[in-house]
Amino acid sequence: MNRNLIFGGALSALMVLAALMSFVWTPFEHTAMDIPSKLQAPNGVHWLGTDHFGRDIFSMIMVGARTSIAVAVVAVGIGFSLGVPLGLWAAARRGSWADEIIMRGNDLIFAFPSLVIAILITAIFGAGAINAIIAIGIFNIPVFARVTRGGALSLWAREFILAARVAGKGAAWISAEHILPNIANLLIVQATIQFSLGILAEAALSYVGLGAQPPTPSWGRMLADAQTLVSIAPHMALVPGFAIILTVLGLNLLGDGLRDVLDPRLRVARS
Amino acid sequence: MSLLDIRNISLTINGAPILRDVSLCVDQGEVVAITGESGSGKSMTALAVMQLLPQGSTTTGHITLDGQEVTATPEAQMCALRGNTVGMVFQEPMTALNPVQTIGAQVAEAVRLHRPDLDPIRRAAEVLTRVGLPPDKVPPSRYPHALSGGQRQRVVIAIAIACGPRLLIADEPTTALDVTTQAQILDLLVDLAREDDMGLMMITHDLAVVASMANRIAVMQHGRIVETGETSALLDAPQHPYTKALFAASSHYVTLPGTVEAEPLLKVQNVIRDYPLPRTALFRHPGQMRAIDRVSFDIQRGARVGLVGESGCGKSTLTRAILGLEPVQGGTITLGGVPVFSSGKPNLDVRRRMQVVFQDPYGSFNPRHRVARLITEPFHLLEQKPSLAERADRVAAALTDVGLSPDDATKYPHQFSGGQRQRIAIARALIIRPELIVFDEAVSALDVSVRAQILDLIAELCGQYNLTYLFISHDLSVVRTITDSVMVMQNGKIVEQGQTSAVFKNPQHPYTRTLIDAAPILPERNRYA
Repeated sequence: MNRNLIFGGALSALMVLAALMSFVWTPFEHTAMDIPSKLQAPNGVHWLGTDHFGRDIFSMIMVGARTSIAVAVVAVGIGFSLGVPLGLWAAARRGSWADEIIMRGNDLIFAFPSLVIAILITAIFGAGAINAIIAIGIFNIPVFARVTRGGALSLWAREFILAARVAGKGAAWISAEHILPNIANLLIVQATIQFSLGILAEAALSYVGLGAQPPTPSWGRMLADAQTLVSIAPHMALVPGFAIILTVLGLNLLGDGLRDVLDPRLRVARS
Repeated sequence: MSLLDIRNISLTINGAPILRDVSLCVDQGEVVAITGESGSGKSMTALAVMQLLPQGSTTTGHITLDGQEVTATPEAQMCALRGNTVGMVFQEPMTALNPVQTIGAQVAEAVRLHRPDLDPIRRAAEVLTRVGLPPDKVPPSRYPHALSGGQRQRVVIAIAIACGPRLLIADEPTTALDVTTQAQILDLLVDLAREDDMGLMMITHDLAVVASMANRIAVMQHGRIVETGETSALLDAPQHPYTKALFAASSHYVTLPGTVEAEPLLKVQNVIRDYPLPRTALFRHPGQMRAIDRVSFDIQRGARVGLVGESGCGKSTLTRAILGLEPVQGGTITLGGVPVFSSGKPNLDVRRRMQVVFQDPYGSFNPRHRVARLITEPFHLLEQKPSLAERADRVAAALTDVGLSPDDATKYPHQFSGGQRQRIAIARALIIRPELIVFDEAVSALDVSVRAQILDLIAELCGQYNLTYLFISHDLSVVRTITDSVMVMQNGKIVEQGQTSAVFKNPQHPYTRTLIDAAPILPERNRYA
């Protein structure tokens, strides 16, 4: 069994579990302020300590996971549902104008630093989780389009695709029936990696105040809040920091592990 | 004392037995051929000599090379031995060479590694000249992509002999090459071995290739050497039943049932297919490569026509044009009077009357679909799709027709052997009872015994369904037995066509003669054994 897969899967599962759990139970109400017990270090009552309003950090991390996951899932979903069909289309019409326009459009989006454009979008249309999602999602489109096109191109040269063409099937039909299932591995792995990047991007946008708005907790904003207090209450920065690191690490390991398990070429090389 | 002495070698990889009790020796100046079908352990025997076995392998027995026991030699010393005392030539010259290094540098590298006493550049030029690539004609500063397949294989041979090895191992050195190139490379290998008094161990699946050049032949099956002997003795009187079967299969002849040719089915008239070349300069018009040059021929209903030619002659391009997969730049292709490609779109009406069987039994199926779904793919073309029950019946009938069981319909393609997959491919082609089937190198990737079975199957189906087909192959011996008439293609043109027997007996065009002369054949007396 693959070690990356187990470790990465466990970390990712832990995060998802925390997010799901937060709907039914958190140790404290995550918005409940308790000024007398502010800035407590981790202890028996507040497992991960409290912030400058005396809110329970453990509860905030749990609810924050919800925000991170929601933003990342929808953003990856946007990239996947637009990027994959575009990539399939470009591969099916290889060398045509459609291919050129799609791929050069991709290059255009790639050419801009994604976070700067995300800041631009949220600055114009207003800060908030929805705009953050759209901004991150747009930058996922070319990633999926490119991976899809690359995988599809090598399949189009295979004889079973020729056989399907001889059977009279059109490009759209072949793409859906033959190409997509055969590049699913590739896309699943890419989605996992993009998911972790999405979480990172959401944290970054929230950190500069352009992500989810209070009172919705977000890991990035927890970090920002901790900034001025880091010398008196270092746990306020360390806890959300570690939450982000462990989640991204977990998802990346999961992606690596999935690639090893799903890619038949690597499977052959191992056995 | 032999140069190479393999004694009682047994090899297991992760517990699976690969070689069983293999013993073989090669003397100086001797050419020994190892032959057998895929998976018989030929290549593993060679890799055992080089000690380049995959991970998880355990060997027992002894291999002595030039008096040195290699099974006990540490890896560092083996490195000094490989490329120095033993040279190796691989099957695929494209992948055996580094594409970003010049050929001179790659030969010099071998010299630099093992023979510090020689000037690498000068020695590289010397050996390249010896393998027929003199520096004034083919400069050592060229890159592999600028050479033809045969020239590349010569470079691989130059690397192998650069340090003056005592033993040369050639693993299927000509399998990836055209028949005329194959003859030249074989001559070169034998000449080098004779001149330098090298031992040459030749691994090949093709008995005909080694019949004329080897001193001794060893036949392998299931990891065992089942028979070994002097070439002439072995060819004259094979002892082991497997050797006999192999001989029979290599020169397998099928008898095609008679046919009445009534009306023309496929008409190809003055077809031209051009490919654009990449632009050489920004505002210059890109050049064109003419892959098919005014080709015309007819195929009558019920005719079995062969198309032979070497790689790059335009065979595959013609196939695609006939199937209507790519537009042509000139001329017309009609099936039963209807054009296959009209106003820029393939004509689906025509397409449902044609089917194709491809070469690669591994690449021609979507690995994620079951057999039933794979072979019913052509139903997509039908206007009236058969009902589920009828579908199942026709799948069962098609599988039975090609010698498989109806139960196989629920299996995945990876559960079948190469020959069985080719049967599935034929089932897929037959299921809508097409009027024309194109076999594109359909038996080229198969072992001889499997190939014989597939040829038998095609002949049998001919009798059953009165097939009309175009059989495309580079292998003359196959075309000779499975077709009534044949066309020879060179550089996009058809240079000769006629009755198969007449063309083979009395070729008119010089190119046809070259092809027939270059094709290795087994001695005549065994043909009907």
